[in-house]
Amino acid sequence: MTITGERGVGASRSYKVVGTSPIRHDGVDKVTGRARYGADINMAGLLHGKILRSPHAHARIRSIDTSKAEALPGVRAVATAKDFPIVQMQELDFGGAQRNSRMMADNDLAYRKVLYQGHAVAAVAATSPHIAEEALELIKVDYEILPTVLTWKDAMKENAPLLHESLTKRFTMDRSSQGKDTGVRSNVASQIQFKLGDIEQGFREADVTVEREFTTQTVHQGYIEPFACTASWGPDGRVTIWTSTQGIFGIRETVAGIMDIAESAVKVVPMEVGGAFGGKGIGYMEPVAAVLSKKSGHPVKMVMSRKEVFLGTGPTSAAFMRCKIGADKSGKITAAKLHLVYEAGAYPGSPVGGGASTGLSAYKIDNVLIDGYDVVCNKQKTQAYRAPGHPQAAFAVEQVLDELAEKLGMDPMDLRLKNVARQGDRAPTGVPHARVGFKEVMEAMKAHPHYSAPLEGINRGRGIAVGYRLNGGGSGSSATINVNADGTVNVITGSMDLSGTRVSIAMQVAEVLGIAAEDVLPQVVDTDSVGWTGGSGGSRITFDTGRAAISGAEDVLRKMAQRAALLWDVQAEDVQFKDGVFFCAKNPKDKLSFKELAGKLMATGGPVTCSAMDKQGGVGAQLAGNIVDVKVDPETGKVDILRYTAFLDVGKAVHPAYVEGQIQGGTLQGIGWALNEEYFFTPAGAMANSSFLDYRMPTTLDLPMIEAVIIEVANPRHPFGVRGVGEGPIVPPLAAVANAVYRATGARMYGLPMSPGAILEAVEEQQPKKR
Amino acid sequence: MQDFEYVAPTTLAEAIRLMNGNGLRTKALAGGTDVLVQMRGRRFAIDRLVDVKNIPELNELSCTESDGLTVGAAVPCCNIYEDVIIQRLYPGLVDAASLIGGIQIQSRATIGGNLCNSAPSGDTIPALMVQDATCEIAGPNGRRTVPVVLFCTGPGQNVLQRGEILVALRLAAPKANYGSHFLRFIPRNEMDIAVVNVGASVLLDHAKRRIVSAKIALGSVAPTPVLARKAMDFLAGKEATEATIEEAAEAAKSAARPIDDMRGTIKHRVHLVGVLTKRALQGAILRARGEE
Ligand SMILES: Cc1cc2nc3c(=O)[nH]c(=O)nc-3n(C[C@H](O)[C@H](O)[C@H](O)COP(=O)(O)OP(=O)(O)OC[C@H]3O[C@@H](n4cnc5c(N)ncnc54)[C@H](O)[C@@H]3O)c2cc1C
Repeated sequence: MTITGERGVGASRSYKVVGTSPIRHDGVDKVTGRARYGADINMAGLLHGKILRSPHAHARIRSIDTSKAEALPGVRAVATAKDFPIVQMQELDFGGAQRNSRMMADNDLAYRKVLYQGHAVAAVAATSPHIAEEALELIKVDYEILPTVLTWKDAMKENAPLLHESLTKRFTMDRSSQGKDTGVRSNVASQIQFKLGDIEQGFREADVTVEREFTTQTVHQGYIEPFACTASWGPDGRVTIWTSTQGIFGIRETVAGIMDIAESAVKVVPMEVGGAFGGKGIGYMEPVAAVLSKKSGHPVKMVMSRKEVFLGTGPTSAAFMRCKIGADKSGKITAAKLHLVYEAGAYPGSPVGGGASTGLSAYKIDNVLIDGYDVVCNKQKTQAYRAPGHPQAAFAVEQVLDELAEKLGMDPMDLRLKNVARQGDRAPTGVPHARVGFKEVMEAMKAHPHYSAPLEGINRGRGIAVGYRLNGGGSGSSATINVNADGTVNVITGSMDLSGTRVSIAMQVAEVLGIAAEDVLPQVVDTDSVGWTGGSGGSRITFDTGRAAISGAEDVLRKMAQRAALLWDVQAEDVQFKDGVFFCAKNPKDKLSFKELAGKLMATGGPVTCSAMDKQGGVGAQLAGNIVDVKVDPETGKVDILRYTAFLDVGKAVHPAYVEGQIQGGTLQGIGWALNEEYFFTPAGAMANSSFLDYRMPTTLDLPMIEAVIIEVANPRHPFGVRGVGEGPIVPPLAAVANAVYRATGARMYGLPMSPGAILEAVEEQQPKKR
Repeated sequence: MQDFEYVAPTTLAEAIRLMNGNGLRTKALAGGTDVLVQMRGRRFAIDRLVDVKNIPELNELSCTESDGLTVGAAVPCCNIYEDVIIQRLYPGLVDAASLIGGIQIQSRATIGGNLCNSAPSGDTIPALMVQDATCEIAGPNGRRTVPVVLFCTGPGQNVLQRGEILVALRLAAPKANYGSHFLRFIPRNEMDIAVVNVGASVLLDHAKRRIVSAKIALGSVAPTPVLARKAMDFLAGKEATEATIEEAAEAAKSAARPIDDMRGTIKHRVHLVGVLTKRALQGAILRARGEE
């Protein structure tokens, strides 16, 4: 791992804690097995819930007969969609995108129709998981099978069967708005469009133009921990839910909405999360467990199997991209057009906006037209996956640029540098770029020894790609800081720790308070115990919750200064704080360390506790880049990754070792997506490879050490310059690996996955003479 | 999963009685790396699981230059590939035993279980077929011996009758100038099911130039692992040259009748049969010459 930074601003300020790599606070619990994950809840009277899932990809539910299941000894409750109050109260609608409780209820237990194989239709709670499973077989569902609309292509055909009779297409030019309803009934839920300049004129100015079409398949986040939750409905009408999730307040809102109870009647207790990557941004079983608990009068635990995770939760979109880019002889891009079609799965809400608003954004292009379509089809409802929608778009754009560079006879990095976006330039969304290290990342790539190292041996190729990432944030975070008499502080947040954010938040507090990271004790608590906090997603926690904690810590310093003033009998303004020590400006002999003063709080008026919240514009953008060497076996088509260097503008690496881990993890998920991962569907829409044996994620034996290069161009929106690091790394690998495979084989890979068979076919198609 | 009975007999006779089991649905349990996964996946329902790991005959592992190899049906793969004599005499079998799953699986999984599971992709099966392995089977009607090449009858199906148990696999002592090799193609480097696998063995003449006889077995390309007889016949008596090998590899493709599925297409599989046959033959010849 190497770290390079710019001079000036936050990143190069000298810090005591930020930029070091202390041991994480939750580390001992995690390596000793004491940490409690979703399935680790056990209590008296606990029942086990199981879900019956649809064998059909598209069918109307005529009736569900649960009487035999209810009669099985050991069964305590059976639930269907009719048990959700919201289903009785309102018809299915599609407003509000991700947080639409009615739509989620329909996905959690199908009401009138099943929309994908694996769609939940009923649930049972019994005294053992085995009895519950047996009871599922006794439930009779009468299905009227409907034609399967498996892909975006099927869904967009003229006269294609409609998944939802009431769905009409929306049109928007702003990613954060739903746009206007066109009233057209269609499987196309929405179109998003971005325009700059005059696209026709731009292409007329081009000397070289490349236009290509690309496809990617449905892929899953592949987190290790399956979904698991427990619900206990109390006699007072309040329900407690223990769950492994990215957002406890989101779960609270959903359960309250679906069960038609007050949000304050739902308490959600976070369990440790064994991987999420966006996939656990929503829940699936919490409302079901709540119904079963309410009906049975017992707590109910529900744990998915791996197969259920594949079939019953949200992967990310399969996509179609058409990309056209033109440049003049000097390599200046004159126009770019990007047409994106993303599968949403069963209900609207694909991340096509994520692709549309990022695919071309690393470059300054005056004439741009981007169209994105969100299309429903009979697959699992898609859910966020690390930089949602970005990698698909980058797969197309970065390959077209590679081809364009070749046609222009230009170094591929030089072409990118020639067109790099700068602060103030307008992105295709119309929004001017803030200060982001676009150029710094590209220059670091070009200057890296890997870029110019000789690549010896046959059947090898080196590829590069960059990936623009627009981080999220701004939903809101709360934090409370309590000072302990021993000089430690507790930092209380509602931000689920997916990646080491306990330590990255604690380190920011430690930096402000002038104490050691170990003296800050971060706690992640339930919805009754902390102010409202949006979910852990969009790479926003170190940034957003960090900012809330920083402002809480600054408040702590102000209050402590008042106590020192009391002790020294001076005005609070006379007390100063530097390097962890309070001192009196008037009498420098009067000084107390943070720890010493903490011991005197009870004698100077009582405990110090400060709460703060942060809600502002969001983390902002960043650039990731990859250089990769591959070797392709020309006889079998198998790709071996020989060397991988991954670059990321992180703003400021609060904890460099964990930043390195995030870069490596995101990269390897991108490699898996590139090479072998895909949902393999039968024509009827059944997933044929719903296990880790056949859903081929890379193992450690499939990867070399991924070298992380951390670039620090401070984010002006954060006091320490933080940008968030979780998602950017997955954006470039799809294209980088494809570009490397092209160099190794001479064949362009227009589709994913680049499995051995697909590579041999592409080689055969594109170079018929060679074989 | 429904309740079932678990029994662990200590004699073969008791095991046969329990397997025969009065109309109960029974299954043997060796390493359990197939059977337990299949039960959880509700592939079948069962009343009784008969653990065969406590039966002495099934735990035998002996290997000598004169008598050949006996592998009890309950011996885990790791005991096979860690044995230095087996490594020397049966390298083709060691190739297969050491790539089943990962270390955890190999510490539990047996060759007997791999064979009795009778998957078209079972990795040890082609390796056993090219070495003329035979199965020792015991059942309610006594003992019988069946060559491995005749054991599998379809995907998940084999010649075992009700109450019968696989006791051991026997491989004859290898002749001089004999070599065996096994290769599998998977898109990853571990933890995968064969897209295609190929076992090969060759017996060379004294000069180690001419192929006296050769065997080639292909997996994952038909309902059961199959011998590539046309290629085998072609090789008998030929000089062991690159051109001969290429031609045999081409001929082996005709024995493949694969399907299209998530693990590979028909086209890719047939193509891979050629590639792997060539490489496995090259490997077997090198070993027969003592060059590897
Ligand atoms: C993670 C993982 C990875 C794997 N990787 C591979 C791989 O790379 N290659 C491969 O080929 N397989 C692989 N397998 C499958 C499995 O491990 C092998 O088939 C293994 O050899 C089975 O042996 P076992 O002893 O575990 O069999 P078991 O599961 O105990 O039994 C398998 C079958 O044989 C029957 N049986 C077992 N012993 C006897 C007996 N003595 N008499 C009669 N019937 C008997 C059982 O009833 C059952 O039907 C993998 C499995 C897992 C879980």
